[in-house]
Amino acid sequence: MTAFLNDKAVERLRSVGALSDFSGTRYILQEFLARGGMGAVYAAQDKTLNRRVAIKVLDSADRHDALQERLVREARVLAQLEHPGIVPVHDAGTLADGRVFYVMKFVEGSRIDQFLASVPSLPERLRLFLRICETVSFAHSRGILHRDLKPSNVMVGAFGEVLVMDWGLAKILRPDSNARSEETVRSTEPLLGAVAGGGETQITSVTRDGMILGTPGFMSPEQAQGKSSSLDVRSDIFSLGKLLGTILTQTKNAKAIRVPRALGAICEKAAAENPAGRYASVSALAEDISRYLDGMPVSAYPENFWERAQRFYTRYQAAILLITVYLLMRAAFVFFGRS
Amino acid sequence: MNKIVLGLLVGALLGAIDGGTAWFTPAVRPAIVGIIFGSTFKGLIAGVAAGIFARKVNSVPLGILFGLAVGFVLAFLVAYLQHGYYFEIILPGSIVGGLVGWATQRYGAPVAAAAPAR
Repeated sequence: MTAFLNDKAVERLRSVGALSDFSGTRYILQEFLARGGMGAVYAAQDKTLNRRVAIKVLDSADRHDALQERLVREARVLAQLEHPGIVPVHDAGTLADGRVFYVMKFVEGSRIDQFLASVPSLPERLRLFLRICETVSFAHSRGILHRDLKPSNVMVGAFGEVLVMDWGLAKILRPDSNARSEETVRSTEPLLGAVAGGGETQITSVTRDGMILGTPGFMSPEQAQGKSSSLDVRSDIFSLGKLLGTILTQTKNAKAIRVPRALGAICEKAAAENPAGRYASVSALAEDISRYLDGMPVSAYPENFWERAQRFYTRYQAAILLITVYLLMRAAFVFFGRS
Repeated sequence: MNKIVLGLLVGALLGAIDGGTAWFTPAVRPAIVGIIFGSTFKGLIAGVAAGIFARKVNSVPLGILFGLAVGFVLAFLVAYLQHGYYFEIILPGSIVGGLVGWATQRYGAPVAAAAPAR
Protein backbone atom coordinates (compact mmCIF):
# COMPACT_ATOMS: atom_id res chain seq x y z
CA MET A 1 0.00 0.00 0.00
CA THR A 2 2.73 2.39 0.97
CA ALA A 3 4.41 1.63 -2.33
CA PHE A 4 1.62 3.56 -4.06
CA LEU A 5 0.95 6.25 -1.48
CA ASN A 6 3.41 8.71 -0.04
CA ASP A 7 3.73 9.33 3.70
CA LYS A 8 1.56 12.46 3.53
CA ALA A 9 -1.29 10.58 1.87
CA VAL A 10 -1.05 7.75 4.42
CA GLU A 11 -1.11 10.25 7.25
CA ARG A 12 -4.16 11.94 5.70
CA LEU A 13 -5.95 8.60 5.39
CA ARG A 14 -5.14 7.79 9.02
CA SER A 15 -6.51 11.11 10.22
CA VAL A 16 -9.69 10.73 8.16
CA GLY A 17 -10.13 7.19 9.47
CA ALA A 18 -9.90 8.48 13.04
CA LEU A 19 -12.67 11.05 12.51
CA SER A 20 -16.09 10.35 13.92
CA ASP A 21 -18.82 9.22 11.55
CA PHE A 22 -21.62 11.78 11.58
CA SER A 23 -23.72 10.16 8.86
CA GLY A 24 -27.31 10.00 10.01
CA THR A 25 -27.02 13.28 11.89
CA ARG A 26 -27.70 16.80 10.70
CA TYR A 27 -24.00 17.73 11.05
CA ILE A 28 -21.21 17.73 8.49
CA LEU A 29 -17.79 17.30 10.07
CA GLN A 30 -15.38 20.06 9.13
CA GLU A 31 -12.22 19.80 11.19
CA PHE A 32 -10.69 18.41 14.33
CA LEU A 33 -10.28 21.14 17.00
CA ALA A 34 -8.93 19.64 20.19
CA ARG A 35 -8.65 16.51 22.29
CA GLY A 36 -9.56 16.30 25.95
CA GLY A 37 -9.53 13.62 28.61
CA MET A 38 -12.87 12.15 27.51
CA GLY A 39 -12.93 12.67 23.78
CA ALA A 40 -12.41 15.01 20.88
CA VAL A 41 -13.96 18.29 19.84
CA TYR A 42 -14.72 18.94 16.18
CA ALA A 43 -15.97 21.88 14.17
CA ALA A 44 -19.00 20.97 12.11
CA GLN A 45 -21.71 22.51 9.97
CA ASP A 46 -25.32 22.25 11.10
CA LYS A 47 -27.16 21.41 7.86
CA THR A 48 -30.60 22.36 9.20
CA LEU A 49 -29.75 25.76 10.67
CA ASN A 50 -26.79 26.38 8.37
CA ARG A 51 -24.38 27.44 11.08
CA ARG A 52 -21.01 26.38 12.41
CA VAL A 53 -21.06 24.43 15.65
CA ALA A 54 -18.61 22.59 17.90
CA ILE A 55 -19.24 18.93 18.68
CA LYS A 56 -17.75 17.03 21.58
CA VAL A 57 -17.61 13.29 20.88
CA LEU A 58 -16.67 10.65 23.39
CA ASP A 59 -13.82 8.29 22.45
CA SER A 60 -15.48 5.20 23.85
CA ALA A 61 -18.64 3.60 22.43
CA ASP A 62 -19.22 1.44 25.52
CA ARG A 63 -22.71 2.25 26.79
CA HIS A 64 -21.81 1.26 30.33
CA ASP A 65 -18.64 3.29 30.35
CA ALA A 66 -18.45 5.83 33.17
CA LEU A 67 -17.04 8.37 30.73
CA GLN A 68 -20.19 8.11 28.66
CA GLU A 69 -22.25 8.97 31.72
CA ARG A 70 -19.91 11.82 32.43
CA LEU A 71 -20.25 13.33 28.95
CA VAL A 72 -24.02 13.11 29.11
CA ARG A 73 -23.92 14.68 32.54
CA GLU A 74 -21.69 17.47 31.25
CA ALA A 75 -24.18 18.18 28.45
CA ARG A 76 -27.05 18.30 30.93
CA VAL A 77 -25.14 20.47 33.37
CA LEU A 78 -24.37 22.91 30.55
CA ALA A 79 -27.97 22.85 29.40
CA GLN A 80 -29.07 23.87 32.89
CA LEU A 81 -26.65 26.76 33.04
CA GLU A 82 -27.92 29.49 30.78
CA HIS A 83 -25.42 32.28 31.25
CA PRO A 84 -23.40 34.53 28.89
CA GLY A 85 -20.21 33.07 30.38
CA ILE A 86 -21.13 29.47 29.59
CA VAL A 87 -21.20 27.97 26.10
CA PRO A 88 -24.79 27.00 25.25
CA VAL A 89 -25.59 23.40 24.30
CA HIS A 90 -27.73 23.07 21.17
CA ASP A 91 -28.18 19.34 20.83
CA ALA A 92 -27.06 15.94 22.07
CA GLY A 93 -27.31 12.40 20.77
CA THR A 94 -25.63 9.13 19.89
CA LEU A 95 -23.63 8.39 16.74
CA ALA A 96 -24.19 5.29 14.61
CA ASP A 97 -21.19 3.62 16.27
CA GLY A 98 -22.70 4.16 19.74
CA ARG A 99 -20.57 7.08 20.84
CA VAL A 100 -22.39 9.93 22.52
CA PHE A 101 -21.89 13.52 21.52
CA TYR A 102 -23.23 16.93 22.27
CA VAL A 103 -23.35 20.02 20.11
CA MET A 104 -22.48 23.47 21.38
CA LYS A 105 -21.91 26.97 20.10
CA PHE A 106 -18.72 27.33 18.10
CA VAL A 107 -16.55 29.84 19.95
CA GLU A 108 -13.83 31.73 18.15
CA GLY A 109 -11.21 33.06 20.51
CA SER A 110 -8.20 32.09 22.53
CA ARG A 111 -7.39 30.56 25.88
CA ILE A 112 -7.08 33.13 28.61
CA ASP A 113 -3.41 32.40 29.27
CA GLN A 114 -2.65 33.07 25.59
CA PHE A 115 -4.95 36.09 25.50
CA LEU A 116 -3.22 37.68 28.52
CA ALA A 117 -0.11 38.35 26.44
CA SER A 118 -2.11 41.11 24.75
CA VAL A 119 -3.46 42.52 28.03
CA PRO A 120 -0.70 44.43 29.82
CA SER A 121 -3.00 46.42 32.12
CA LEU A 122 -3.61 45.02 35.59
CA PRO A 123 -7.16 46.49 35.91
CA GLU A 124 -8.14 44.90 32.59
CA ARG A 125 -6.83 41.55 33.77
CA LEU A 126 -8.80 41.90 37.00
CA ARG A 127 -11.96 42.77 35.09
CA LEU A 128 -11.49 39.57 33.04
CA PHE A 129 -11.15 37.64 36.29
CA LEU A 130 -14.34 39.25 37.62
CA ARG A 131 -16.21 37.94 34.59
CA ILE A 132 -14.97 34.41 35.40
CA CYS A 133 -16.13 34.90 39.00
CA GLU A 134 -19.59 35.97 37.79
CA THR A 135 -19.94 32.76 35.77
CA VAL A 136 -18.68 30.47 38.54
CA SER A 137 -20.85 32.26 41.09
CA PHE A 138 -23.86 31.71 38.83
CA ALA A 139 -23.05 27.99 38.61
CA HIS A 140 -22.71 27.82 42.40
CA SER A 141 -26.09 29.50 42.77
CA ARG A 142 -27.49 26.59 40.72
CA GLY A 143 -25.76 24.08 42.99
CA ILE A 144 -22.99 23.17 40.55
CA LEU A 145 -19.23 23.05 41.21
CA HIS A 146 -16.89 23.24 38.22
CA ARG A 147 -13.96 21.37 39.84
CA ASP A 148 -11.54 21.99 36.97
CA LEU A 149 -11.01 25.74 36.79
CA LYS A 150 -7.68 26.48 35.12
CA PRO A 151 -6.39 28.79 32.36
CA SER A 152 -6.95 26.29 29.57
CA ASN A 153 -10.63 26.04 30.54
CA VAL A 154 -11.30 29.77 30.19
CA MET A 155 -11.66 31.26 26.73
CA VAL A 156 -11.87 34.84 25.61
CA GLY A 157 -14.03 35.18 22.53
CA ALA A 158 -13.51 37.39 19.50
CA PHE A 159 -15.74 40.09 21.01
CA GLY A 160 -14.15 39.99 24.46
CA GLU A 161 -16.67 37.58 25.96
CA VAL A 162 -15.21 35.41 28.72
CA LEU A 163 -16.36 31.79 28.68
CA VAL A 164 -15.80 29.10 31.27
CA MET A 165 -15.42 25.81 29.40
CA ASP A 166 -15.19 22.09 30.08
CA TRP A 167 -17.76 21.25 32.73
CA GLY A 168 -16.90 17.54 32.41
CA LEU A 169 -15.86 17.28 36.05
CA ALA A 170 -18.75 19.38 37.37
CA LYS A 171 -20.27 18.20 40.63
CA ILE A 172 -23.90 18.73 41.46
CA LEU A 173 -24.35 19.63 45.09
CA ARG A 174 -27.50 18.30 46.64
CA PRO A 175 -29.26 20.17 49.39
CA ASP A 176 -28.92 17.23 51.81
CA SER A 177 -25.25 16.83 52.64
CA ASN A 178 -25.62 13.10 53.45
CA ALA A 179 -26.23 12.25 49.82
CA ARG A 180 -23.44 14.31 48.32
CA SER A 181 -21.26 11.41 47.25
CA GLU A 182 -23.90 10.29 44.80
CA GLU A 183 -24.61 12.96 42.25
CA THR A 184 -27.79 12.73 40.31
CA VAL A 185 -29.11 14.45 37.23
CA ARG A 186 -32.72 13.89 36.40
CA SER A 187 -34.28 14.44 33.04
CA THR A 188 -37.61 13.57 31.49
CA GLU A 189 -36.03 13.09 28.07
CA PRO A 190 -33.69 10.11 27.88
CA LEU A 191 -30.47 10.58 25.92
CA LEU A 192 -29.08 7.09 26.35
CA GLY A 193 -31.43 4.24 25.62
CA ALA A 194 -29.36 1.78 27.63
CA VAL A 195 -29.31 3.94 30.73
CA ALA A 196 -32.86 5.17 30.46
CA GLY A 197 -35.24 2.62 31.79
CA GLY A 198 -38.47 4.58 31.51
CA GLY A 199 -39.69 8.13 31.09
CA GLU A 200 -37.32 9.52 33.67
CA THR A 201 -33.61 9.05 33.21
CA GLN A 202 -31.42 8.81 36.24
CA ILE A 203 -27.72 8.99 35.70
CA THR A 204 -25.62 8.37 38.73
CA SER A 205 -22.19 9.88 38.68
CA VAL A 206 -19.12 7.73 39.19
CA THR A 207 -17.43 10.32 41.36
CA ARG A 208 -16.92 8.72 44.71
CA ASP A 209 -14.61 9.30 47.63
CA GLY A 210 -11.04 8.28 46.86
CA MET A 211 -11.28 9.10 43.16
CA ILE A 212 -9.06 12.05 42.23
CA LEU A 213 -10.34 14.29 39.46
CA GLY A 214 -8.91 17.67 38.56
CA THR A 215 -5.69 19.37 37.48
CA PRO A 216 -2.62 19.42 39.74
CA GLY A 217 -1.63 22.96 40.61
CA PHE A 218 -5.22 24.18 40.36
CA MET A 219 -7.27 21.65 42.31
CA SER A 220 -7.84 22.18 46.01
CA PRO A 221 -6.02 20.01 48.60
CA GLU A 222 -9.28 18.31 49.58
CA GLN A 223 -9.98 17.56 45.90
CA ALA A 224 -6.44 16.21 45.47
CA GLN A 225 -7.05 13.91 48.44
CA GLY A 226 -10.10 12.51 46.68
CA LYS A 227 -12.54 13.79 49.29
CA SER A 228 -15.26 14.21 46.72
CA SER A 229 -18.12 14.11 49.22
CA SER A 230 -16.76 16.99 51.29
CA LEU A 231 -16.18 19.36 48.38
CA ASP A 232 -18.07 22.62 48.41
CA VAL A 233 -17.84 26.03 46.74
CA ARG A 234 -14.56 26.70 48.55
CA SER A 235 -12.88 24.07 46.36
CA ASP A 236 -13.67 26.17 43.27
CA ILE A 237 -12.57 29.27 45.20
CA PHE A 238 -9.16 27.63 45.69
CA SER A 239 -8.90 27.05 41.93
CA LEU A 240 -9.99 30.65 41.30
CA GLY A 241 -7.21 31.84 43.63
CA LYS A 242 -4.65 29.86 41.63
CA LEU A 243 -6.19 31.11 38.39
CA LEU A 244 -5.98 34.70 39.66
CA GLY A 245 -2.28 34.16 40.39
CA THR A 246 -1.77 33.03 36.79
CA ILE A 247 -3.79 35.94 35.41
CA LEU A 248 -1.73 38.42 37.42
CA THR A 249 1.68 37.04 36.54
CA GLN A 250 1.31 35.72 32.98
CA THR A 251 3.41 37.80 30.58
CA LYS A 252 4.49 37.64 26.98
CA ASN A 253 8.22 38.14 27.57
CA ALA A 254 8.61 36.19 30.85
CA LYS A 255 9.28 39.50 32.65
CA ALA A 256 8.16 39.26 36.26
CA ILE A 257 5.13 41.37 37.14
CA ARG A 258 5.13 42.97 40.57
CA VAL A 259 1.84 41.91 42.12
CA PRO A 260 0.51 44.50 44.61
CA ARG A 261 0.44 43.22 48.18
CA ALA A 262 -3.34 43.51 48.48
CA LEU A 263 -3.82 41.37 45.37
CA GLY A 264 -1.23 38.88 46.61
CA ALA A 265 -3.16 38.63 49.85
CA ILE A 266 -6.41 38.03 47.93
CA CYS A 267 -4.72 35.18 45.99
CA GLU A 268 -3.38 33.69 49.23
CA LYS A 269 -6.72 33.89 51.00
CA ALA A 270 -8.59 32.34 48.06
CA ALA A 271 -6.04 29.54 47.71
CA ALA A 272 -5.55 28.85 51.43
CA GLU A 273 -4.72 25.23 52.26
CA ASN A 274 -7.47 25.11 54.87
CA PRO A 275 -10.94 25.64 53.34
CA ALA A 276 -12.00 27.54 56.48
CA GLY A 277 -9.37 30.19 55.69
CA ARG A 278 -10.74 30.87 52.20
CA TYR A 279 -13.49 33.22 51.07
CA ALA A 280 -16.90 31.84 51.92
CA SER A 281 -18.26 32.51 48.44
CA VAL A 282 -17.13 33.55 44.98
CA SER A 283 -19.06 36.79 45.34
CA ALA A 284 -16.99 37.63 48.46
CA LEU A 285 -13.81 37.06 46.42
CA ALA A 286 -15.17 39.19 43.56
CA GLU A 287 -16.16 41.89 46.05
CA ASP A 288 -12.56 42.13 47.26
CA ILE A 289 -11.30 42.41 43.67
CA SER A 290 -13.89 45.12 42.93
CA ARG A 291 -12.85 46.99 46.07
CA TYR A 292 -9.22 46.84 44.96
CA LEU A 293 -10.18 48.19 41.53
CA ASP A 294 -12.12 51.04 43.19
CA GLY A 295 -9.13 51.96 45.37
CA MET A 296 -10.85 50.69 48.53
CA PRO A 297 -9.33 48.50 51.28
CA VAL A 298 -9.69 44.75 50.77
CA SER A 299 -10.76 42.31 53.48
CA ALA A 300 -7.77 40.02 52.83
CA TYR A 301 -5.11 42.60 53.64
CA PRO A 302 -4.85 44.79 56.75
CA GLU A 303 -3.06 48.00 55.69
CA ASN A 304 -0.69 50.10 57.75
CA PHE A 305 -1.00 53.90 57.91
CA TRP A 306 1.35 54.59 54.95
CA GLU A 307 -0.30 52.05 52.71
CA ARG A 308 -3.69 53.59 53.54
CA ALA A 309 -2.33 57.05 52.74
CA GLN A 310 -0.83 55.80 49.49
CA ARG A 311 -4.12 54.19 48.47
CA PHE A 312 -6.01 57.38 49.38
CA TYR A 313 -3.62 59.42 47.23
CA THR A 314 -3.94 57.00 44.30
CA ARG A 315 -7.73 57.07 44.53
CA TYR A 316 -8.07 60.86 44.69
CA GLN A 317 -4.88 61.75 42.80
CA ALA A 318 -6.47 64.15 40.30
CA ALA A 319 -8.48 66.04 42.93
CA ILE A 320 -5.51 66.23 45.34
CA LEU A 321 -3.29 67.65 42.59
CA LEU A 322 -5.91 70.23 41.55
CA ILE A 323 -6.52 71.33 45.15
CA THR A 324 -2.77 71.55 45.83
CA VAL A 325 -2.21 73.70 42.73
CA TYR A 326 -5.18 75.89 43.72
CA LEU A 327 -3.89 76.42 47.27
CA LEU A 328 -0.32 77.12 46.10
CA MET A 329 -1.66 79.60 43.57
CA ARG A 330 -3.83 81.33 46.14
CA ALA A 331 -0.91 81.48 48.57
CA ALA A 332 1.27 82.98 45.85
CA PHE A 333 -1.37 85.62 45.10
CA VAL A 334 -1.68 86.48 48.79
CA PHE A 335 2.05 86.77 49.45
CA PHE A 336 3.32 88.03 46.11
CA GLY A 337 0.24 89.57 44.48
CA ARG A 338 -1.04 93.14 44.40
CA SER A 339 -2.18 94.44 47.76
CA MET B 1 -28.25 62.31 43.16
CA ASN B 2 -27.85 62.86 39.44
CA LYS B 3 -24.73 64.37 37.93
CA ILE B 4 -26.29 67.74 37.08
CA VAL B 5 -27.58 68.33 40.62
CA LEU B 6 -24.22 67.21 41.98
CA GLY B 7 -22.47 69.60 39.58
CA LEU B 8 -24.74 72.44 40.75
CA LEU B 9 -24.00 71.78 44.43
CA VAL B 10 -20.24 71.25 44.05
CA GLY B 11 -19.97 74.21 41.65
CA ALA B 12 -21.87 76.51 44.03
CA LEU B 13 -19.83 75.40 47.06
CA LEU B 14 -16.44 75.68 45.37
CA GLY B 15 -17.48 78.93 43.66
CA ALA B 16 -18.46 80.45 47.01
CA ILE B 17 -15.17 79.32 48.61
CA ASP B 18 -13.22 80.65 45.63
CA GLY B 19 -15.05 83.97 45.88
CA GLY B 20 -14.39 84.04 49.64
CA THR B 21 -10.63 83.92 49.06
CA ALA B 22 -10.93 87.46 47.71
CA TRP B 23 -10.89 88.45 51.38
CA PHE B 24 -7.10 87.90 51.28
CA THR B 25 -6.78 90.67 48.67
CA PRO B 26 -7.34 93.87 50.67
CA ALA B 27 -7.98 95.97 47.57
CA VAL B 28 -11.18 94.08 46.72
CA ARG B 29 -12.28 93.27 50.29
CA PRO B 30 -15.06 95.90 50.34
CA ALA B 31 -16.74 94.17 47.36
CA ILE B 32 -16.46 90.67 48.79
CA VAL B 33 -20.21 89.98 48.99
CA GLY B 34 -20.68 90.73 45.31
CA ILE B 35 -17.61 88.68 44.44
CA ILE B 36 -18.92 85.68 46.41
CA PHE B 37 -22.32 85.90 44.71
CA GLY B 38 -20.74 86.26 41.28
CA SER B 39 -18.31 83.41 41.89
CA THR B 40 -21.11 81.18 43.18
CA PHE B 41 -23.16 81.91 40.06
CA LYS B 42 -20.10 81.12 37.92
CA GLY B 43 -19.69 77.82 39.81
CA LEU B 44 -23.36 76.97 39.21
CA ILE B 45 -23.00 77.43 35.46
CA ALA B 46 -19.76 75.41 35.38
CA GLY B 47 -21.45 72.71 37.49
CA VAL B 48 -24.43 72.35 35.16
CA ALA B 49 -22.15 72.23 32.12
CA ALA B 50 -19.85 69.65 33.72
CA GLY B 51 -22.88 67.60 34.86
CA ILE B 52 -24.35 67.52 31.36
CA PHE B 53 -20.94 66.60 29.94
CA ALA B 54 -20.53 63.79 32.50
CA ARG B 55 -23.88 62.32 31.48
CA LYS B 56 -22.69 62.11 27.88
CA VAL B 57 -18.99 61.30 28.27
CA ASN B 58 -17.64 58.80 30.79
CA SER B 59 -13.98 59.79 31.22
CA VAL B 60 -12.33 61.42 34.24
CA PRO B 61 -9.48 63.07 32.27
CA LEU B 62 -11.91 64.45 29.69
CA GLY B 63 -14.26 65.63 32.46
CA ILE B 64 -11.42 67.51 34.16
CA LEU B 65 -10.32 69.04 30.84
CA PHE B 66 -13.88 70.10 30.05
CA GLY B 67 -14.28 71.61 33.53
CA LEU B 68 -10.97 73.46 33.17
CA ALA B 69 -12.08 74.85 29.80
CA VAL B 70 -15.52 75.95 31.05
CA GLY B 71 -13.97 77.46 34.20
CA PHE B 72 -11.40 79.26 32.06
CA VAL B 73 -14.02 80.77 29.73
CA LEU B 74 -16.34 81.89 32.55
CA ALA B 75 -13.45 83.31 34.62
CA PHE B 76 -12.10 85.09 31.56
CA LEU B 77 -15.49 86.74 31.01
CA VAL B 78 -15.59 87.87 34.65
CA ALA B 79 -12.02 89.22 34.49
CA TYR B 80 -12.77 90.93 31.19
CA LEU B 81 -15.76 92.68 32.75
CA GLN B 82 -13.59 93.64 35.76
CA HIS B 83 -10.85 95.03 33.48
CA GLY B 84 -8.19 93.48 35.68
CA TYR B 85 -7.02 90.71 38.00
CA TYR B 86 -6.86 88.32 35.04
CA PHE B 87 -4.48 85.81 36.64
CA GLU B 88 -6.11 86.04 40.06
CA ILE B 89 -9.53 85.27 38.56
CA ILE B 90 -8.80 83.02 35.57
CA LEU B 91 -6.30 80.55 37.06
CA PRO B 92 -8.22 79.62 40.24
CA GLY B 93 -11.54 79.77 38.32
CA SER B 94 -10.23 77.22 35.82
CA ILE B 95 -9.10 74.90 38.60
CA VAL B 96 -12.49 75.17 40.30
CA GLY B 97 -14.03 74.12 36.96
CA GLY B 98 -11.60 71.19 36.77
CA LEU B 99 -12.57 70.07 40.27
CA VAL B 100 -16.26 70.24 39.40
CA GLY B 101 -15.53 68.22 36.23
CA TRP B 102 -13.69 65.60 38.32
CA ALA B 103 -16.51 65.37 40.89
CA THR B 104 -19.24 64.95 38.27
CA GLN B 105 -17.27 62.17 36.56
CA ARG B 106 -16.48 60.29 39.75
CA TYR B 107 -19.78 60.66 41.56
CA GLY B 108 -23.46 61.12 40.86
CA ALA B 109 -25.87 58.67 39.26
CA PRO B 110 -25.59 58.18 35.50
CA VAL B 111 -28.64 58.59 33.27
CA ALA B 112 -31.34 56.02 34.03
CA ALA B 113 -31.77 53.38 31.31
CA ALA B 114 -34.78 53.88 29.06
CA ALA B 115 -37.69 51.47 29.55
CA PRO B 116 -37.69 48.62 27.02
CA ALA B 117 -40.04 49.01 24.07
CA ARG B 118 -43.16 46.90 24.21
